Amino acid sequence: MAQSTDKHEKDIDELSGIDTTGHSWDGIKELNNPLPRWWVYCFYITIVWAIGYCIFYPAIPLINSATPGVLGFSTRANVEQAMVDAKAEQAGVIQKIAESELTAIRDDETLFQFAVAGGESAFKVHCSQCHGSGAAGGEGYPNLNDDTWIWGGTVEDIHWSIANGIRYDGNDETRWSEMPAFGRDGLLESDQIANVTDYIMQISGQEFDAAGAAAGEEVYLDNCAACHGDDGTGDIYSGAPNLVDAIWLYGGSRDLVYEQIVNPKHGVMPAWGHRLDPVTVKQLTIYVHALGGGE
Amino acid sequence: MSSAFAVGAYGLVAILALLLGANAKDGLFAAHAYVAAVIASGFALWTLKRLDFSSSAKAVTAGGPSTTVEAEGYMDGVVRAGAIATVFWGIAGFLVGVVIAAQLAWPALNLEYSFTNFGRLRPLHTSAVIFAFGGNALLCTSFYVVQRTCRARLAFGNLAWFVFWGYQVFIVLAATGYLMGVTQSKEYAEPEWYVDLWLTVVWVAYLLVFMGTLIKRKEPHIYVANWFYLAFIVTVAMLHIVNNLAIPVDLLGSKSYPIFAGVQDALVQWWYGHNAVGFFLTAGFLGMMYYFVPKQANRPVYSYRLSIVHFWALIFLYIWAGPHHLHYTALPDWAQTLGMVFSIMLWMPSWGGMINGLMTLSGAWDKLRTDPILRMMVMSLAFYGMSTFEGPLMSIKSVNGLSHYTDWTIGHVHSGALGWVGMVSFGAIYYLVPKLWNRERLYSIVYVNWHLWLATLGIVIYAAAMWVSGITQGLMWREYDEQGFLVNSFAESISAMYPFYVARMFGGLLYLAGGLLMAFNIYKTIRGDLREERAMGAPVAAAAAE
Repeated sequence: MAQSTDKHEKDIDELSGIDTTGHSWDGIKELNNPLPRWWVYCFYITIVWAIGYCIFYPAIPLINSATPGVLGFSTRANVEQAMVDAKAEQAGVIQKIAESELTAIRDDETLFQFAVAGGESAFKVHCSQCHGSGAAGGEGYPNLNDDTWIWGGTVEDIHWSIANGIRYDGNDETRWSEMPAFGRDGLLESDQIANVTDYIMQISGQEFDAAGAAAGEEVYLDNCAACHGDDGTGDIYSGAPNLVDAIWLYGGSRDLVYEQIVNPKHGVMPAWGHRLDPVTVKQLTIYVHALGGGE
Repeated sequence: MSSAFAVGAYGLVAILALLLGANAKDGLFAAHAYVAAVIASGFALWTLKRLDFSSSAKAVTAGGPSTTVEAEGYMDGVVRAGAIATVFWGIAGFLVGVVIAAQLAWPALNLEYSFTNFGRLRPLHTSAVIFAFGGNALLCTSFYVVQRTCRARLAFGNLAWFVFWGYQVFIVLAATGYLMGVTQSKEYAEPEWYVDLWLTVVWVAYLLVFMGTLIKRKEPHIYVANWFYLAFIVTVAMLHIVNNLAIPVDLLGSKSYPIFAGVQDALVQWWYGHNAVGFFLTAGFLGMMYYFVPKQANRPVYSYRLSIVHFWALIFLYIWAGPHHLHYTALPDWAQTLGMVFSIMLWMPSWGGMINGLMTLSGAWDKLRTDPILRMMVMSLAFYGMSTFEGPLMSIKSVNGLSHYTDWTIGHVHSGALGWVGMVSFGAIYYLVPKLWNRERLYSIVYVNWHLWLATLGIVIYAAAMWVSGITQGLMWREYDEQGFLVNSFAESISAMYPFYVARMFGGLLYLAGGLLMAFNIYKTIRGDLREERAMGAPVAAAAAE
């Protein structure tokens, strides 16, 4: 091939003893070596394999379709089948969960394990963005591992919270509470807020100003106790957090407590009952309940 | 006279650009018009300054938009400019790469400015290394090689200078666009329609210069390096035009919409994307390899026959392989099959280049002991061989099911880009610079060796980190528990990547350090300095005796 058109005298490369093609470009010559055998054979093998693959799998485009291949392989059909198989495998347990009371699921070994696994998987997709993948929460997002529940920690309570959300517009059953903005709306004077903050510091076991706390007790009893309770332990029925358990949704420092009384933050959680199927909501409930502090 | 005309022309372009800016439909287009006006004014002033001295007919060898034509011989001014641009853009591209690698490990480094965001810096990095660094390396070496191997001066006078400066303008417009948020969201083809049009003009001029030089060659045959360069130029023109077919929303606005939609758009994009790898980063650099390896080794090319067969096999097979980027998507199965089998068949044609390069050293392997430039080229071929084996492997659907969308792909790309493209370019630059500036040798050969090992270590760390992180990601994403539920959230797979992202950044840092050492070495070489050093591989005793 190389010498077909060129007539030249043999120009042997001394080092290799191989003939060159006789041309030289800026001093570069080319040896007349044959194609390496192994290279040619490997190339042939890949070509044969490619042709074989095209026979077994969809390959050649036609007018409105393509050759289906001997195996009748189809990516979409495979995915659909895999989905069907996966659903079928779970169908029995899912049916049972759908029919069972939450407490019954919790008490049944098989259902419980299945629900915790499914709940964890769904939690990582839908809940971990706010509550964290370990459900430890963060500022403004409750920790779900502890024993404290703003809206109650029984399976029924948790299920209600997940299904209907917290302060979620568009769900009439949603959990709703709204602490008044005592400072912003002028319900309390700023020295009253300072005093009641010290009182809360006192009952929550933190450093406090004795005079302020003494004056703050009356402010507390008049304005806060209705929801948070005389002893500050909160009330799950109105969603008023416990103030004496050293667990703080928006921070427990004096400044942050003061800020929350002046202009409270109100977190929102979607009503997952609108977005997820009932079985997933149940599984999430069982998972969250099992995290540690379920009642 | 022609220089005076050029000043007027640049001035007119500047005024036109100002008018476009004033009437622009959006701020981004206006900003780009003003960038163009500044560039055109710069050229006008530069030419004006040189106009004063143009009465004497002395040949000017340094770069510039209206450089007086060297009376005869090879046109090397543009090659010199290209060599400097290659080093400059290389450093810029590597630096941005290290920055975005650090952003992935520590997201706070996004700094909350829109223009320092990963989403904008990432195309800046990819375009800087592929098109600015790689593109300039191809431009300058192709201009050098085609003249030598054709024994002909570049065709069409100063058109080569237009290609060089026009290409730099394209780079500046693309880069400023990314930072401002101008993008058509096509990977490796992010610039908007007006920048695409400009590149088309520049590229056609490039083709004219290259073809013109080939046509007026004084050698009877066209050397293999030029086949590869020509395949690169022609195919990239085709890819660029088809993938960027788009309709502007407004002729004075920056936004356009592609004429393809849905899976057709995806297929065209990856036909482009894959062949950008095939023809820009493979064929072009094989052209480079086919000249600089035999030159540096001072040995004949191993097999003329192999070069013919693997050239035609490579360019025929490569163009079909793009659909492997769209496995398990809406792309019909038949197209996925073809993308995969053509990728497999591509394995040996790709390796043909490696064999021809490595076997060219047969009988001259001892030179590796004393010549770190040749060592660099051999390392480059080794990485080429590795990544062109890895590529077909990853195109197999069942492998791709694990590797796709993971960092494995990133590692694969970088072993090719840093190893093959980077190293062969460094080798070519080290070969060229002493010749272009008439220096006895490089400032330091020892520094070349340091560069080689810094870069190699960097790539190995980079690629290994990405293999581990990629496979970890792939396995985490597909992990199901006994009950059939997914085990990991996406966020968990990201936090698992942290150590690998830190390692990757460190690898990139080593590579950047090597690049900086090269820049210093090149700078000193151009200045004419020579570092006192013992020849590499020389026996210690002999050195002591001197």
